[in-house]
Parts: sequence; C-alpha cells; structure tokens
Amino acid sequence: MNRKDVCGSSGLPRPFRLVEVRRENRSVCSFFFDQEMPARPGQFVMAWLPGLSEKPFSLAGASPVRLTVAAVGAFSQAVHALRPGDRLWLRGPLGRGFTLPPEGSRQKLVLVGGGYGTAPLLFLARQAQAAGHTVEVVIGAKTGADLLLGEEFEQMGISPHLTTEDGSAGRAGVVTAVLVDLLAAADSPPAVYACGPTGMLAAVDEVCRQAGAAVQLAWEAYMRCGIGLCGSCEVGEGWLVCLDGPVFGQNPVLNPPG
Amino acid sequence: MPDPLLACRFLDFNLPSPLVLASGIIGTSPALMARAARAGAGMVTAKSCSLRPREGHPNPTALDWGGGLINAIGLTNPGAAAEVEVLRATRRLLQPLGVPLIASIFAGTVEEFRQVARIIQQAGPDLLEVNISCPNVSDEFGTPFAALPDSAAAVTGAVRQEVTCPVAVKLAPNVPNIARIAAAVVEAGADAITAVNTMPGMVIDAAAGRPVLSNRVGGISGPALKPIALRCVYEIRRAVAVPIIGVGGVSTGRDAAEMLMAGATVVGVGSAVCYRGVSAFEEIGRELVALMKQYGYPSVEAIRGVCHR
Ligand SMILES: Cc1cc2nc3c(=O)[nH]c(=O)nc-3n(C[C@H](O)[C@H](O)[C@H](O)COP(=O)(O)OP(=O)(O)OC[C@H]3O[C@@H](n4cnc5c(N)ncnc54)[C@H](O)[C@@H]3O)c2cc1C
Ligand SMILES: Cc1cc2nc3c(=O)[nH]c(=O)nc-3n(C[C@H](O)[C@H](O)[C@H](O)COP(=O)(O)O)c2cc1C
Ligand code: FES
Repeated sequence: MNRKDVCGSSGLPRPFRLVEVRRENRSVCSFFFDQEMPARPGQFVMAWLPGLSEKPFSLAGASPVRLTVAAVGAFSQAVHALRPGDRLWLRGPLGRGFTLPPEGSRQKLVLVGGGYGTAPLLFLARQAQAAGHTVEVVIGAKTGADLLLGEEFEQMGISPHLTTEDGSAGRAGVVTAVLVDLLAAADSPPAVYACGPTGMLAAVDEVCRQAGAAVQLAWEAYMRCGIGLCGSCEVGEGWLVCLDGPVFGQNPVLNPPG
Repeated sequence: MPDPLLACRFLDFNLPSPLVLASGIIGTSPALMARAARAGAGMVTAKSCSLRPREGHPNPTALDWGGGLINAIGLTNPGAAAEVEVLRATRRLLQPLGVPLIASIFAGTVEEFRQVARIIQQAGPDLLEVNISCPNVSDEFGTPFAALPDSAAAVTGAVRQEVTCPVAVKLAPNVPNIARIAAAVVEAGADAITAVNTMPGMVIDAAAGRPVLSNRVGGISGPALKPIALRCVYEIRRAVAVPIIGVGGVSTGRDAAEMLMAGATVVGVGSAVCYRGVSAFEEIGRELVALMKQYGYPSVEAIRGVCHR
C-alpha cells in the first residue's frame, strides 16, 4: 500500500460565501453557499467561524452546498446572523453517508426525519428520486411550528406524513406510529432511512427490526476533531460517530463494533 | 520462507504485534482501547492524564492539512483519580487479548508528576509513559521538560521512585541533540523511550488572516513527521540500549518497517487511525508481514536496527 493511497486529505476549512438565507420555521434557517462539494447525503461538515468555534452540521444539499441550521446556542446563533456575502469556513465532507439501493432497481424507500434531522433527508430524497426510487417521507416535530421542509418535499411530488407530539399539525404522536403503519401496509419491507434525535433513531431501529426492514440511521454525538482522533464522539461500546458514522446500519448503542 | 511473524518481545512482554496505539488517539475509553487491540494493536496507550481534569482547547482542535495532521486538543482528560477507573476497566478488557496497557501521564512540575504517577500506579498499568513533550500546553506549562537533559532527567528520576512498573519517557523531536536527552533519562532510570511526540507547527488560513487552531500553534503528526521521527529514533538507538517505541508518521507497513530499521523495538501508530480507521493496525500489520517476507526478514527481531549494521 502506498502512502498517497491511504492518506487522503479531509482537508482544511475553506471559505464559502453565503448566497441566500431562507427561513424554514421559527428557529431554523437554510443557508445556500456559492460552491459545490462532492458529498453524499448523510455526510457532514465542520463549520468554522474564526474566533468563535467549529461545529458539525449535516449537508442538506451539496450542489450548491446547503446547511439547515437550528439556532440553539452561541455558534448556531452566529450562523443565523450571517448575511448574503458573508463567509463561513467548511471542512469536509466528513464521515460515511447514506447508501442508496442500486440505480434503476426502483425500490421503495421510507425516510424518517425528526427536528433538523429532516435536512439531510431532503438531500437524500433528491438523489433517490434521480436514481429511480420511490420515496415516502415521515416528518415529526414537537409542534406544528417546528415542522420542517414539508413544502420542499411537496414540490418534489412527495406528500410527507406529518406528526406532532402536541397534535397541533398532522397526526398526533411520534413518527414511529406512522412508520409502523407504512411497514405493515408494504408488500415487502422498504429500506428505511432515519435522521433525528437518538431516542427517535433507537425507536425507528426497533420498529424496523421487528418488521425485517433494512435501516440506515444518521447518529449524532458531541464532536471535537471530526476525524477519528479525539474520542469525544464515542457512542455505545467504541463506535466513533465521526469516522464509523454518522450513518450506521444498526443501532450503534446496542451493537458493539466487531 | 514461512510467513514472518509479528509476535515479538518488548521489555518482559510477549506482544502479538509490534504495532502500538499511540497516546492521545482514541485512548479515551476502555471500549475504544479494546477495539484497537482487537483490530491488531500489540499494546495500547491511554490518553495522557493530569492530576486534575482538563477540558482541553476549544475547536478547531485538529485538522488534516494535506501533508499530515496538526492538533492542539489541549490534553483533555478526566484527571488522575477518574483515569484509574478507566485504566482498570481497560486492563480487564485487554488481558484476555494478551495486550499490555500503557498509561500516560503529564504534569506541570516535578512534584506533580510524582503525585500523578502515585495515583495512576493504583490502576496497575503494564508500563507507565511519562509525557514530558506535549507542545500544545506551553502557554500554561512553559517549555516542555523534554527540552533539556536536566529537566528530563529530574522528572524521570522522580517518577521512577514512585512506581514499580517499567517507565518509558516520551521525548520531543524539536531539540538540538535528542541523543543527549535520551542518555540523560536512561541514566535517571527510564526503562524505555518513546520517540517522538508531535512537532510544533502552525496552519494559517489566508482568507481569515489567522491561524486555524484555536490554540494557534499545534503539533504536527502523520506523514510530515516521519523523516523527523526516523532520524530521532536512529540517533537514540546509537546512544542508548533500552527499548524504543518509535512513533511518528507510520501509516503503512513500509513506514513501520523503516521505523524498525531505524532502531525502534516496537512502532507507535496514531494519525493513521484518522487516515485508515481503527482497522489501520490490521492493515499495517499485514503489509509489514508481506514486506518482511519480500525482503527476507523472518521476524521483527531480524528487521530491528538493520540500518545500524
Ligand atoms: C453529525 C452531526 C450533524 C449535525 N447536523 C446538524 C444540522 O444539520 N443542523 C443543525 O442545526 N444542527 C446539526 N447538528 C448539531 C449541531 O452541531 C449543534 O446544534 C451545534 O453544535 C450547537 O452549537 P451552539 O454553539 O449553537 O450551541 P451550544 O450551546 O454549544 O449547544 C447546544 C446543543 O448542541 C449540541 N452541541 C454543542 N456542541 C456540539 C458539538 N461540538 N458537536 C455536536 N453537538 C454539539 C449539544 O447537544 C448542546 O446541548 C449536528 C451534529 C452532528 C454531530
Ligand atoms: C490528536 C492527537 C492527540 C495526541 N495526544 C497525545 C497525548 O495526550 N499524549 C502524548 O504523549 N502524545 C499525544 N499525541 C502524540 C502521539 O502520541 C504521537 O506521538 C504523534 O502523533 C506522532 O505519531 P503519528 O504520526 O503516528 O500520529 C497526540 C497526537 C494526536 C494526533
Ligand atoms: S470527534 Fe474526535 S473522534 Fe470523533
């Protein structure tokens, strides 16, 4: 093995110029940048604001690069304060993304998103449709005001199943209730893709296991280096979310690495 | 020729492989260290720990700049008392695999090194590595002890008095005469030497007009460090007879062979985990066996130090 074959560079942060900001709901905005990135849905970037910090965000689109960010603390609020023409430095794409079934195999996919976890699923849905697959989407949130990206899925000809915990929009309850129905109604188990809070992912995993459906879960963890060195993103018994994930083919908390 | 063997001796240990997980790379939890051992590491080193817990530096803390990595994690660790529990749990997982555990300690004063060593000794590590060479905390701790023979020897002697297990001292590459430092720590009681730690460096983003790491400076590791590390190990091997854990830029079996040829007894692997995943150990081991076979070395013992003949 030659060194240049194994030492691929995940790279330094590069400045991306913000072209457009779109408000998605009361706490989430999408940011569209001036460049593309050769990335798969499910991969993430480390976003750097010089002097402030560097934090992980999933790619909600790659051509052009799009991030869909919830304002939850100092860094994400600073991203929300950016205006067209401002710069954000991105390092990536990092991690392993989702894998789609072979192009032309025309499979049925179910995408399940919770909170801002819906963002990478939009990117995934576009690629899945382009590859000839049929896509169903389930979006969940606490309240109707927190639901995300439903209209964009509609524009793609997908009517998402909506759920809210307080029943203020769509079906009252959680996404797994809809997923159970979809799995029960299917002739053969569809491939399920999920991104959202870890509690939701564990529940989706369990439902899929019982139905015999293959599942891919985009996990989250506290990240520092983003490249498999520092150990801060460990989940379960020795998985590194930044290096082994963020997309796992099973619940990484229940299944230790081999 | 039958397939060459990776099994080898280091101090009093029979190791399944000469590849060692270097300190600070995924050595933060028992499960991660056991994973490295299952993936083919012959020894594993825990993250360096200090007397009190440390959060480390804010992000950005580590980057791949193309020729290697740069990091200033800032010695994030839970403190010596909590580290004892991590080490104990790790030992339980490693023992059935026949993989020794190296604990790593650092401190700001000789007296504090003594205290940390005394606490960590309770965990019963197989080897204690004394990190006197971290370049990333000099704002807090000043010049590393590894910079001068006298300070390096003072720490070594103090730790040696506190513990019964073998002691390895980890040296810095950025010194004018590393052989003198090595001779001084061996004289003071070091049973082995780990060489080298990262090389201080800086990466600047021209568009931002500032260094990228929040700590501004960091330690260079990976491919860029390899020629520097090879020279250091070569010089140390000429000066002292104790075993050497040769570390710096080993990402392939060929790199590992070169490190052994320079005089390393065993070979540390750190940054390659970022490049190749945790399976780096298995893959580098396989490549090393193939090279040894190709070049006619039946064992790790046979390839060690051939550049000195
Ligand atoms: C792989 C991955 C993909 C992500 N994708 C998105 C996304 O597409 N959109 C989005 O809005 N958010 C995403 N996040 C979460 C995002 O990283 C955090 O919301 C952000 O770091 C918060 O920083 P802050 O300074 O604004 O808030 P803080 O006040 O620092 O923290 C708020 C919360 O964010 C989380 N968080 C903080 N720092 C980190 C960190 N370094 N790594 C991981 N989580 C952290 C913690 O749960 C914390 O409680 C993702 C996280 C990961 C690991
Ligand atoms: C992210 C990171 C963290 C490190 N932390 C430590 C540490 O805590 N203690 C230590 O002695 N060396 C530490 N090192 C240095 C490594 O153990 C090793 O000496 C160095 O990286 C060179 O080896 P490599 O090129 O194989 O990575 C660290 C290196 C990296 C990349
Ligand atoms: S964030 Fe450092 S190992 Fe994953």
